Amino acid sequence: MLSVKSLNVYYGESHVIRNVSFDVAQGETVAIMGRNGMGKSTLLKALIGILPTRGGDIGIAGRAVAGTPTYARVAAGMGFVPQGRMIFPYLTVEENILTGMENVTDKSVPSYIYEVFPVLNEMRGRRGGNLSGGQQQQLAIARALVSNPKILVLDEPTEGIQPSIIKDIARALNRLKADRGFSLVVSEQVLSFAMDVADRFLIIEKGEFVYEGPRASVDQAKIHSYLTI
Amino acid sequence: MTFDMLASQAFTGVSIFTILMLMALGLAIVFGLMGVINMAHGELMAMGAYCSYGTALFFHAYLPDLMDYYVFVGIALAFVVTSIFGYLLERGLIRFLYKRPLDTLLATWGLSLILQQIYRQFINSKEVEVPTVSWLRGAWQATEGVALPLSRLFIIGLAVVTAFAVWWLLFRTRWGLRIRAVTQNRTMAGAAGIDTNKVDAYTFALGCGLAGIAGSSFTMLASTGPTTGQQYIVDTFIVVVFGGVESLIGTIASAFIIGQMQSWFEFGMSGSMARASILLLVIVVLFFRPNGLFATKVRR
Repeated sequence: MLSVKSLNVYYGESHVIRNVSFDVAQGETVAIMGRNGMGKSTLLKALIGILPTRGGDIGIAGRAVAGTPTYARVAAGMGFVPQGRMIFPYLTVEENILTGMENVTDKSVPSYIYEVFPVLNEMRGRRGGNLSGGQQQQLAIARALVSNPKILVLDEPTEGIQPSIIKDIARALNRLKADRGFSLVVSEQVLSFAMDVADRFLIIEKGEFVYEGPRASVDQAKIHSYLTI
Repeated sequence: MTFDMLASQAFTGVSIFTILMLMALGLAIVFGLMGVINMAHGELMAMGAYCSYGTALFFHAYLPDLMDYYVFVGIALAFVVTSIFGYLLERGLIRFLYKRPLDTLLATWGLSLILQQIYRQFINSKEVEVPTVSWLRGAWQATEGVALPLSRLFIIGLAVVTAFAVWWLLFRTRWGLRIRAVTQNRTMAGAAGIDTNKVDAYTFALGCGLAGIAGSSFTMLASTGPTTGQQYIVDTFIVVVFGGVESLIGTIASAFIIGQMQSWFEFGMSGSMARASILLLVIVVLFFRPNGLFATKVRR
């Protein structure tokens, strides 16, 4: 569903993502883990097109999207939930969700969104900027979901969220994935959350993958060692 | 002070308010929402005025029987011409200067000079006037002592219709939602699937089109010359900044407050003193509310 080959990203002359390659199968969830500054967010921003890449290929469901603008990648089937949520603060909850519906024929928010995230239904007329962090995270996921993505990319969805809500988000993602059949790429530092959602783990260190393993045989102690200084 | 005097001053205030609002609506979108410092906004108003002037000449020469209705054609033409010009300007220049405010300021100031020279060279170096249509001549006698000029009443009506249309477009249509999303967070709007380039171009075109409508309507009150835009631009920026950048309601409220202040101050002092007093008050308010009257606070 997602194919990344020899991807390189630079900040000026600083080489921050180094020749990264990985694939994500249909319905699979891949967790990209690593400490702050190792390149998780940079990699995900490059996937959606917020950051430019130098060389390498990105394919969404067989369609090459490297070099295309972000909205073209969404149209190709990628949904993006950014770090820090990036909710449109002056739009209502419902309007925030509607912004994600550019490439679908529906004119109103699908009912399953409010079933999975009932708090959004209660607050549909409230401004996005006035929601709590956990509510904003649900809203950001809903906004990405309504584009009917083939692959959903989440950048540190647990950042700044209280533990009980983290469990709720994991449950909601698993339910949605089972119902909708999309693939998932999630960057994380919280191992318990990643264990709840991921089928496979990739550890990133200084812009390169240094470890890969499926959940069934994952060495949690080893992953933990990469997440601590 | 008699009731008639009070009513006349209030009407003058409302008239100035609607003129300021018409002037500022376009800039509220271009500068307030998009953050583009367009120093050529005044020249776009002049372009709208020249469209009305051209329409009047055309009707006078070829459609004299319909001369009473050229005003509507002039306003529509002004909107279309300035919108198209704005679209081409955004695609050809402005889009390369986003997030570079000083470069934008310089480039658009240069453009304003170029446009002034074009008006001088190809239209008329002197001020031109359009004929007032018969149904806008004279005044409506509201009371024995209060006469309200029909042309000003028409502009008040036009401003109300224009403001409602802008509100409807921005807050009741899918395009408006796109515009508001892009202006709040262009990066995220793109990542949500919105074609930000197209929205930028159309939004800028809309702002320029509104400048055209404003310029076209002002031909009913004053003559138009190559440097007419310069007279408008400062007031227009003051209205937008005072109201609060990113707030259309703020722009309308700001136009109302400044319009009323100008009317009432001029009642008791000279025009230039009234203007200086208003500027002083605006500075004091901005000192305490740097983001303008209608800055909104939300959790980002």
